[in-house]
Amino acid sequence: MWPVWEVEVSSGALFLAVFLACSVEAVEALTIVLAAGTARDWRSTGQGVVSAVVVLAVIVAALGPALSVLPLGAMRLVVGGLLLIFGLQWLRKAVLRASGLKALHDETEIFATELAAAKAAPGQGRGAVRDWYAFTLSFKGVFLEGLEVAFIALTFGSNQHNVALAAVAGLTAVAVVTIAGFAIRAPLARVPENTLKFVVGVMLTAFGVYWGSEGAGAVWPGSDAALLALVPLIALFALGLVAVLRRMTAGRSTATAQVGTEGF
Amino acid sequence: MAWLRKFFAFWYDFVVGDDWRAAVAVVAALAITYGVSRTGAPSWWILPVAVILVLPLTLWRVARRQ
Repeated sequence: MWPVWEVEVSSGALFLAVFLACSVEAVEALTIVLAAGTARDWRSTGQGVVSAVVVLAVIVAALGPALSVLPLGAMRLVVGGLLLIFGLQWLRKAVLRASGLKALHDETEIFATELAAAKAAPGQGRGAVRDWYAFTLSFKGVFLEGLEVAFIALTFGSNQHNVALAAVAGLTAVAVVTIAGFAIRAPLARVPENTLKFVVGVMLTAFGVYWGSEGAGAVWPGSDAALLALVPLIALFALGLVAVLRRMTAGRSTATAQVGTEGF
Repeated sequence: MAWLRKFFAFWYDFVVGDDWRAAVAVVAALAITYGVSRTGAPSWWILPVAVILVLPLTLWRVARRQ
């Protein structure tokens, strides 16, 4: 049986990771939904949102029990491996953004682009949907962002045997973002999305390393307490990489500027 | 057929992402961890070392392209 503090650390980390990941994805989905609703038709946009939520619920309902059937070791191996691959993707993009090698995520700019595209697209209805463009735009936005959230919530929740807490964390994040977004009726551009994505990338990578190793038969020194070292160490390593890449890009800019000046 | 290709392309992109080498490295590191743990030797350090090697390599590929 786990000591109480270990359970609290794991549950706290589970809630935090799922809440942050869901918040970031919900902010991105909200921007698309707001653009579709504002430029096109709110009813069709709402239908798209509801349809995407239903499809996501079906996927979660199918995958959740399938994961819980697996023995703990096998589940941690599969889920840990997937989480690590996923975490490395997030961390890679976050490091590239922080070092200036990839454009920062800007909700205001994305909203403006989506709004312009939605206004320019021709209107066409299909069946009960008055505006097919608004429907598909909001469906895709919510489904694609929601799928990542569902994956994170399911993997974290099933590994910790606490899918309910993961679901509460996810739904709380979605509710907070939705209420805030519809209160100000604008994309949540002031949410520090790039920083949040960095934090989520670190947490996914750390948990992926921890669970993947355990699933493959490794025994961590200190058991769950190893996570308390893994998370800050991976964060420091990623920040170190940001510093190195920033220096590299700054060096290149200086060299390019010098070549340009010499050319004149 | 095109629908099926799109379906697999979507899941490939969702799970594997931009750099398949990172995914292959993770699978290889998990296999090595399993092999080492079967011998009874400590194997917890293998995945952290894999992250230390893989993350800079995948970033370096992007930095070099730019």
